[in-house]
Amino acid sequence: MAALHFHNVTLGYDRHPAVHHLNGEVAPGALVAVIGPNGAGKSTLLRGIVGILRPLDGSIHLGGLDSRDIAYLPQSAEIDRSFPISVFDFVGTGLWRGTGLFGGIGKAARGKILGAIASVGLNGFENRPIGTLSGGQMQRVLFARVLLQDARLIVLDEPFNAIDSKTTTDLLALVKHWHGEGRTVLAALHDMEMVRSHFTETLVLARGPVAWGPTAEVLTPENLVVAMRMCEAFDDSAAACAADDAHSRAA
Amino acid sequence: MLHDALIGPFTEFEFMRRALAAVIALSLAGAPIGVFLMLRRMSLVGDAMAHAILPGAAVGFLLSGLNLFAMTAGGLIAGFAVAILAGVVARSTGLKEDASLATFYLASLALGVTIVSIKGTNIDLLHVLFGNILAMDDQTLLVVAFNATVTLLVLAVIYRPLVIESVDPLFLRTVSRAGGPAHLAFLALVVINLVNGFQALGTLLAVGLMILPAGIARFWSRDLTVMICIAVVAAAVSGYAGLVLSFQTRVPSGPAIILVATMLYIVSVLFGRVGGIVRQLFPGRHLEA
Repeated sequence: MAALHFHNVTLGYDRHPAVHHLNGEVAPGALVAVIGPNGAGKSTLLRGIVGILRPLDGSIHLGGLDSRDIAYLPQSAEIDRSFPISVFDFVGTGLWRGTGLFGGIGKAARGKILGAIASVGLNGFENRPIGTLSGGQMQRVLFARVLLQDARLIVLDEPFNAIDSKTTTDLLALVKHWHGEGRTVLAALHDMEMVRSHFTETLVLARGPVAWGPTAEVLTPENLVVAMRMCEAFDDSAAACAADDAHSRAA
Repeated sequence: MLHDALIGPFTEFEFMRRALAAVIALSLAGAPIGVFLMLRRMSLVGDAMAHAILPGAAVGFLLSGLNLFAMTAGGLIAGFAVAILAGVVARSTGLKEDASLATFYLASLALGVTIVSIKGTNIDLLHVLFGNILAMDDQTLLVVAFNATVTLLVLAVIYRPLVIESVDPLFLRTVSRAGGPAHLAFLALVVINLVNGFQALGTLLAVGLMILPAGIARFWSRDLTVMICIAVVAAAVSGYAGLVLSFQTRVPSGPAIILVATMLYIVSVLFGRVGGIVRQLFPGRHLEA
């Protein structure tokens, strides 16, 4: 059974598609890179997967996963960094699935939180307010929270943007560790070298899917040129999509 | 001598004891709400809501006199009506929510003052606008205490989602549906505490005992729990000192309480440990690491 199944998915805003007629599936335990130019619909697709955005058309099946089995790291988290909360408490929110509204944070949970903070290399930062962290440290904190969420599907939206190489290396190791544990990981990325050397499967997106398959076969100059040529602007006077009619007739 | 000035009024007069009990109850419940209002950048929303609930409270007041139950119910209805209407207009027209809220609360305030002045006397209007904590009877005191208890219980229930929603709303949306209900419950608590502050401080100043202590706390701690405790203590101290001041001078009680809180606020702005002005001017030599 696939971890994720896209059935003729169209996602978008105000009726304009940002991801157009995507079909396909992601196998459990896959390590998938989603690439494409700015405005190609990468973030939109990920938002659709985690359920923040409803498809305009088609459907996304989570293969029996509850929405709480998904950990999502958004591109620009709407985090209020001035809120007085410590790294420990912030990372601890990753345990929500286990604790819910009232569950206590016992000794075992405290151990888990400290472990997660240690595995992103932030020992000693437990009591620091999140407002005092640098950009890279904050990204490490967010990874620690994903780690605690213990999710079977992990969705990362451009997790290495504006992150230095040392931090990228550390966090990438974490991603590969998740892959090794059999979790399904989807990441929107821009660094082609990284995709080539670390991700087994790639989806090239340019509103519609350009290519999808093993990275070595998909990441060709031809496919990238096709993706880059995509027109970014919405056409305000666009007619309703005819492919839907054709599709429903065929069905 | 000092005993006479600071403790005497409370041992001697029952209305002073009642007032003190009321102001402590208001501090216990209102200050934590104020801290969240401030951290969620909703301080002025609290102020707007205070005006918005006036017509509801006024209708309750006219129907059953200074019955805090009737005023609370009326205030809750008016507060939610304004909050929801403002939200609906903002969402369906693209007008910003604050602009929309401003329109509705001004209309609501005008309506409230009209209702009170058509039906009641000028004394009533002064009472609603500025309150009179010294005229508190047993029943009203019990209602104030009851509302404060409810506030603390509900706050305990929604505390975790409220904190997470304040820091990272998107994360809460992906793990739970508690965010929306927690926000609504929080708004209800704001209204309940505003109405609660009516009797003591009136519509115009009720929000003061919530926001000023929160502002004070912000200058002394970076930890949420500590902030809430400081805010409660600051509110209670302002309440007590304000009552003494009002008893010894001719300053009305409500303004006296808020003025004391303002003094504490000014001291905090100047000398606060976290971002106080003096601390910024004379930070000491920079550290090694």
